[in-house]
Amino acid sequence: MMELLFFVFAAIALGSAINVLVQRHVLYSSLSLILLLTAMSGLFVLMQAEFLAVINVIVYAGAIMVLFVFVIMLLNLPQDEDEEDRLRWLKLLGIPMGLFLMFMVIRTVWNVEGSAAAPQLSGTPQAIGASLFTDYLLPFELTSLLILIALMGAVVFAKKDL
Amino acid sequence: MIPLNWYLILGAALFVLGMLGFFLKRNIIALLLSVEIMLNAVNLTFVAFSSRNGQISGQIFVFFVLVVAAAEAAVGLALVIAMFRNRETLNVDRSNLLKW
Repeated sequence: MMELLFFVFAAIALGSAINVLVQRHVLYSSLSLILLLTAMSGLFVLMQAEFLAVINVIVYAGAIMVLFVFVIMLLNLPQDEDEEDRLRWLKLLGIPMGLFLMFMVIRTVWNVEGSAAAPQLSGTPQAIGASLFTDYLLPFELTSLLILIALMGAVVFAKKDL
Repeated sequence: MIPLNWYLILGAALFVLGMLGFFLKRNIIALLLSVEIMLNAVNLTFVAFSSRNGQISGQIFVFFVLVVAAAEAAVGLALVIAMFRNRETLNVDRSNLLKW
């Protein structure tokens, strides 16, 4: 049963990732990426990382992707411009090389095995919070600074008279 | 129990797909979306190792990756808006003022 669910989610994830790449309009690409994030949440649940699965849907699919879709619709993009010839043969060269790289990386991780005696882990909000607010308190506080800087940067960049 | 390397293989495949998109696409929003695919592949690998080794640290790291992804998306999309306002295009090959 778990294996079946894994294959379903993996197929959705790979299919939507390929769909992100082949779509001509970025709006369809970003909608496909939302599907990828949902499948990713399913995989997180299979690994008992429930909190991250929920956060993935709320923050990633809910907030970040809405930002993407909002900007795409705000800009009212023109239909796709035709590519130059330079890109055609770059694609012919790039796709086999990418597939070769994929083959090499997959061959590297093919035989990796986790430790069998590891304790069972449950990624509940309690477990995450206990670790986040003790061992990782300083990085956690620093992320607030990072978000503040990103906020100010976004406001400055999007100003009318830059 | 699903073997660990299935997750790693899926993560590797997704990462390479994102990288292919980053190198082959020319629309700057498509490039940002490809970066998101790569971040998700890394998240999957982090959670797989975390749950299989019984350590919560990997999941904490995914939390930080999410924060960085949110900051990156906000700043990146602000840059996209500024670029579109100045150049009327999102093609990264067209913004070549600094190129010799």
